[in-house]
Amino acid sequence: MRVRRWLISVVVVAGLAAACTSPDGAPTAAGDGRSIVIAAAGEPENLNPVLGYAPDGASKVFDGLVARDAELRLVPALAEEVPTASPDGLTWTAKLRTGTTFTDGTPLTAQDVVFTYRTVLDPKVNSTVASRFDAVADVSAPDDRTVVFRLKYPYVPLVQHLTLGVVPRKAFEGVDVNSAPFNTAPIGTGPYTVAEWRKGDRLVLKANEGYWGGAPAVKTVTVVFVADDNARATRMAAGEFDGTVLPPKLAKPYADKAGYRVVRNPSADYRALGIPSELPLTADPNVRIAINLGIDRQAMIDTVLAGAGKPAATPISPYLDQWYDSRATFAHDTARAEKLLDEAGWRRGADGKRSRDGQAARLPILYPAPDVLRKELALAVASDIAKLGIDAPVEATTYELMLQRRKEAASMWGGGEPYDPDTTAYTLLHSRYAGEPGYVNMTLYRNPAVDAALDTARRSLDPNARKQAYTEFQQAFVADPGWAFLAFLDHTYVLRDKWDGQATQVEPHDHGLVHAVWWNLERWTPKS
Amino acid sequence: MTATPVATARTGRRGRAIGLLVLRRLAFAVPVLLLVGFALFALAKASPFDPVERYFGLRIIGASPERVAQIRANWGVDQPVVEQYLAWLRHAVAGDFGDSLSLQQPVAQVIGERLGWSVLLVSVGFALALLLGLVLGTLAAWRQGGWLDRAITATAYALEAAPVFWLGLAALYVFALELQWLPGGGLTDAGAALDVGQVVRHLLLPASVLAVSQAPWYVLFVRQNLLESFTSDHVIGARARGLPDHLVVSGHALRTSLLPFLTLLGARIPELITGALLVETVFSWPGIARATVDAALNVDFALLGALTVLATAVVLLGNLLADVLYALADPRVGLDG
Repeated sequence: MRVRRWLISVVVVAGLAAACTSPDGAPTAAGDGRSIVIAAAGEPENLNPVLGYAPDGASKVFDGLVARDAELRLVPALAEEVPTASPDGLTWTAKLRTGTTFTDGTPLTAQDVVFTYRTVLDPKVNSTVASRFDAVADVSAPDDRTVVFRLKYPYVPLVQHLTLGVVPRKAFEGVDVNSAPFNTAPIGTGPYTVAEWRKGDRLVLKANEGYWGGAPAVKTVTVVFVADDNARATRMAAGEFDGTVLPPKLAKPYADKAGYRVVRNPSADYRALGIPSELPLTADPNVRIAINLGIDRQAMIDTVLAGAGKPAATPISPYLDQWYDSRATFAHDTARAEKLLDEAGWRRGADGKRSRDGQAARLPILYPAPDVLRKELALAVASDIAKLGIDAPVEATTYELMLQRRKEAASMWGGGEPYDPDTTAYTLLHSRYAGEPGYVNMTLYRNPAVDAALDTARRSLDPNARKQAYTEFQQAFVADPGWAFLAFLDHTYVLRDKWDGQATQVEPHDHGLVHAVWWNLERWTPKS
Repeated sequence: MTATPVATARTGRRGRAIGLLVLRRLAFAVPVLLLVGFALFALAKASPFDPVERYFGLRIIGASPERVAQIRANWGVDQPVVEQYLAWLRHAVAGDFGDSLSLQQPVAQVIGERLGWSVLLVSVGFALALLLGLVLGTLAAWRQGGWLDRAITATAYALEAAPVFWLGLAALYVFALELQWLPGGGLTDAGAALDVGQVVRHLLLPASVLAVSQAPWYVLFVRQNLLESFTSDHVIGARARGLPDHLVVSGHALRTSLLPFLTLLGARIPELITGALLVETVFSWPGIARATVDAALNVDFALLGALTVLATAVVLLGNLLADVLYALADPRVGLDG
């Protein structure tokens, strides 16, 4: 082999690389809007509702008994009307609409619904959404069109969880649900079917022409999985995608780009500092109020979130008009915070740091290492708290260690759903869960007034009584906050301006392929 | 060329010795694999991650303690590590690698779906890196001290220090965004079917980045060895006989310096695997690497065990292959034993 020949081959390889240029540089789908290419940050582990795929609806492949409209009101889906409870709140009955079939042609019956819920409740099935149905004693089908849920105790939020997708029982005969072929090649009644799922690369959905809600106008949905934010931004800019989720800062350049829209969706997705209730410093409610008053939430939203967020004071998002109490907020009032700390006996020394009886005021703040946003929020909170004279060292760690150290350190947690306050607030703040293992009441918060309000709200079928109870809950919480709720994040998306029918819906913490800007994709139509 | 009887006998002995070497190494591989498998289980057990919590993901917040405890019991994650390992081993020896807990699929299926794409990426990237190493290393040595040598060496040193991840994002920015020559990731265009042309176009960028990230070591190694061999007797002799320069370089010097190169190749396999992992992440390449990261983060014992044993086996085999080639290429090389 000769050097000269090698040189030639190098030139040839380089030439080949240059020759492989794409003709138009924009390999997106045909421009008629009948297909769409979405880049998602996360890939679902499986597509089985029983194991935990899309429990709040908008799943594209399945339908629940109920669904939600843009205002998050429940609307009938597989049930012909929204199910109702018996007067004692212990029995819920759903009547199925007629003539629904799964995409493999099997007719849907009440037996499929019963199978779905019983499988979720089966201890041998590793469902991540089983907790939602803890109140359910059993599910039965007196006839082919009727499903009856019997409860152990009155639990009004149940109806909100009936968005769970229904699966055909036939598909699970003789297989283990936990590793069934169905998990990657599902069959539902929904507006789309799974045409191809190349794990780690993309998921292709095709319109279900026989959909009971009418065939979707967007016929092909290609979801490409790109985990890295920067890679998604770059490829969006290169014209590969029709839409994607991007952090606010990366979405900004599209705001005035022709043919694109930046969509900012409000959410109930909070970030909050859990404050340990048993530390000498933070056992005093006045100190926790002082911390809440010392945090400049608006500054945090303006800088860290590039404006894409709303200040928070409780786990109930201001976007949920039905439940939100606008008086339950914290001002940024450092003077009052200082006064409360002084009154609580934590006084500033010569170095400006507070202490009491020789004990320094110290509150370590933990955040999960890979999460950049939580890191920035933790640093912002720490600097606000430090201004009050409290030493707040920030540490990167893991969720597991945040949980283990919940009695001695504050941690940056996130969560939240816009559907029913109970889901977000009950396990987080009810004293029944204080000291229980797992991610429930992580701050060991105990407040009888909060307990009573949460219990009443959970049992009251009357909407007015619920509203009253949640107002009492918010008032009781801000009088004795166990957390410093910081902000509800807006989720930002970049979308090619090619479709009509996109509507804003308040989003949960969980937003990827489901919810998000394409929550109602089956109703989008191409712009003429 | 006809072989003399003496030479044939020598080759026969040599062949047997190499055969023995292979057998010895394979026998040695068994305890290594067992140990690596166990070490993995022990490490995963000691890791700050909890498989059940990772499985729940976002939904662990607010999940009732009873439900979480139930799944812990279903999976037996709280059993002693030795028991878990032995249970896994019993099944693995029988060819059953179990179910991936993080992906709810049989492990064999997870690996089957993804491994091919990784092998494709790594082999093309490796071949390109090799080519770059030989060509540029030779050029640099041949024109030692000239502007070409200086440019090649400086670039190699700079790239040696550049993180693969950064390199990938930079390539993505330049070739996919600014020049729009190549797609920025995935296996095919979003709407396109799977075909050779599509995959080749999508493979070019990640494979090139992988190659460029690995090439500097090969370039510098080849250059260094060539320079050393230029001072060796037979090269000096060849030059003294008035052979043209390029023949001296390609025929004599390169042959002697290629031998240690083979060993380097074996030794760099782990780096190649880590490089592939980062490249797959940047370019959303649906290979096994991403699944490995997820398996590690999710403490997915079954998947992690299978993948670790697989990776260890690849490294051991790669080293063995390098040694065998070395022994075949240079009769003076002693065989371990």
